[in-house]
Amino acid sequence: MVMNAITPIRTPAEQALIGAFGALRDSRPTSAALEGLRIDGFARFEASGLPHRRVEDWKYTDLRVLMREARPLAVAPDASVLLAAKVALGRLKRVGGSRIVLVDGFHVPDLADGGALPEGVTVSDLAAAMAQRPEIAALVTGQPATRANIAFALNNAFLTDGLLIEVAPGTELGHALDLVSITSDGAPRLVTSRVVVVVGAGASAGIVETHCGPAGVEYQKNVVMQVVVHDGATLEHGRRQVEGDQALHLATLEASVGAEAHFDSLTLTTGAAVSRSQLFVRFAGEHSNVTLRGVSMLKGRQHADTALVMEHAVPHCQSRETFKHILDGEAHGVFQGKIIVQPVAQKTDGRMMSQTIMLAEGPSMDNKPELEIFADDVACAHGCTCGELDADLMFYLKARGIPHKEAEALLVEAFAREAIEDFGAGPLAVVEELREAMLTSVTDWMRARS
Amino acid sequence: MSLLEIKNLTAKLAEEDKQILNGLNLTVEKGQVAAIMGPNGSGKSTLSYVLAGREDYEVTNGEALLDGENILELSPDERAAKGLFLAFQYPIEIPGVGQMTFLKAALNAQRRKNGLDDMPTPEFMKLVNGRAKELGISQDMLRRSVNVGFSGGEKKRNEILQMALLQPKLAILDETDSGLDIDALKIVADGVNAMRSPDRGFVVITHYQRLLDYIKPDVVHVLSAGRIIKTGGPELALELEAKGYADIVGKAA
Ligand SMILES: Nc1ncnc2c1ncn2[C@@H]1O[C@H](COP(=O)(O)OP(=O)(O)OP(=O)(O)O)[C@@H](O)[C@H]1O
Ligand SMILES: [Mg+2]
Repeated sequence: MVMNAITPIRTPAEQALIGAFGALRDSRPTSAALEGLRIDGFARFEASGLPHRRVEDWKYTDLRVLMREARPLAVAPDASVLLAAKVALGRLKRVGGSRIVLVDGFHVPDLADGGALPEGVTVSDLAAAMAQRPEIAALVTGQPATRANIAFALNNAFLTDGLLIEVAPGTELGHALDLVSITSDGAPRLVTSRVVVVVGAGASAGIVETHCGPAGVEYQKNVVMQVVVHDGATLEHGRRQVEGDQALHLATLEASVGAEAHFDSLTLTTGAAVSRSQLFVRFAGEHSNVTLRGVSMLKGRQHADTALVMEHAVPHCQSRETFKHILDGEAHGVFQGKIIVQPVAQKTDGRMMSQTIMLAEGPSMDNKPELEIFADDVACAHGCTCGELDADLMFYLKARGIPHKEAEALLVEAFAREAIEDFGAGPLAVVEELREAMLTSVTDWMRARS
Repeated sequence: MSLLEIKNLTAKLAEEDKQILNGLNLTVEKGQVAAIMGPNGSGKSTLSYVLAGREDYEVTNGEALLDGENILELSPDERAAKGLFLAFQYPIEIPGVGQMTFLKAALNAQRRKNGLDDMPTPEFMKLVNGRAKELGISQDMLRRSVNVGFSGGEKKRNEILQMALLQPKLAILDETDSGLDIDALKIVADGVNAMRSPDRGFVVITHYQRLLDYIKPDVVHVLSAGRIIKTGGPELALELEAKGYADIVGKAA
């Protein structure tokens, strides 16, 4: 008797992704270093398909439903695309020093801006670095939890190259790097990009990612950033997700933090129809601290999911996770946060908070906080709040003649500011600029609603 | 025309069937300082909230005319724009909203309603600093979030600062004297007296005759069980101070 292998039913998006992988493999051979990653990523995807609501981690973001079609893979930008990108970039104020630009996922050195890279910073092609340096290849492979993630697997499957940004040990940057990832107008594409950031021992650096693209285009973007903060180093990481209103945006941030190091990350989400921001952060050395924060402002039928895993794998580390949602219309916010404390990670101090303000009757918010604690001498807590703006505060403001919308804006800004205010303890000038830019975005968003 | 004319006002809690104001009548003339006294729980704060437009209360009957216009259908900010000001009995803290941002938003909202441009920042700073100094409000307090970390008395002075900036037509001061030390009481009274003018009116809610030594009322009303049950001159306050409410309340019942 012949046993037929069970063939799962593939959605059109899954079929398209499988086809695209085959075509990419045939048309664009990449370096051997990437080949292994691509095959591994594809195999993982092929085995499980797009994640759906019965996959616990993706319970609230059912990609089978939300990603009905897969767009054709983005191609390297031609002259007209570059010209349009240049115009669009001109309108995007820099919030740092040197600007590094990706167009449709491809690094375009010609569009760099804001002067030469500061001393101690190098930007190189990832594939080449992987071929020559096993530690970089190992890093790109990802930690086990990241590797098991399907968005990450898909990023691997369609990786043709990436960017390696290195900050030499001891370097102290005066301004953050301004990394812009812009998607071009026209037929919607699937954009894949990979950026690896290595901050050498004792260095202090900042990087701000801005993800943007055209309104009204259903492009899809899968971005991965992998970060290593070596011993004694500091990295301040800002992220502005201001994608076009029809976009699908999947982002994965993986970070490994060495001893006596600091990592502070702030994500502002206002863009995309569907987005998911995944954070996999791990303490690899003692006496370090990590702050993960986010402000998501969603309206209409926008869906945004933040899924974070903070792993305390060593003792004496402190993590703070603060996420705020401001929801209007019929938007859907999701916060899934997990703090894992390994048996050895005594004296862990972890505190996670998710707070939501509903500006209308229509939005919904799902919170799923989890603490997995395997050590006994730790202080860990999580909390979440969800509600409308405080009626007494609104009344006080309005009793002073401040109109309803403006009163709402004042309170929402105050709410968002709590997550943004103490961002970046380091000396970087950019953090100030970024903080202001983020607060301005909050104000603008509140003004634009109604 | 009277500055404020309240006719047969009844109001209940919005969420419950509890009536608090029971056919209240009150008139405040331009240039007048009217004191309202009355037992705890008689509805003094409720009256001030209903006039300011707080949503916790539902007006079930009557009207309140400010300069001849019924304000009860207006939103709180519209009432404020018409020149109504309430100094809260319990001013609340607004974490994260800077005092200056707040004062500026309030002042400019009023200016916009009157067709004026926003006040330039230097002019605004000068104005606020000047008023704050008169009221003994420190620079540090101006830098903080609204009322956050303020003492009870500081919060009350802050209410008066807001009043001084907004220059309302009708100011209702709900127990602004409680929590003030003797010096602060004098400072606040000076602030109010400086604003007295022929076309402005004050409703001063208080439990203590002492405030009325500093802010001399033209008329004193007694509010009990949601109605004004007695009206008299300044001597009525002295009488109440001496005898308490039992007598009048008993007679009215
Ligand atoms: N929001 C509310 N919820 C429940 N009860 C209320 C509310 N507001 C007022 N009340 C009740 O209505 C009555 C009048 O209250 P109000 O605060 O107006 O009294 P008051 O005259 O200002 O008293 P005091 O002199 O103590 O300040 C009280 O019995 C009070 O408990
Ligand atoms: Mg009261």
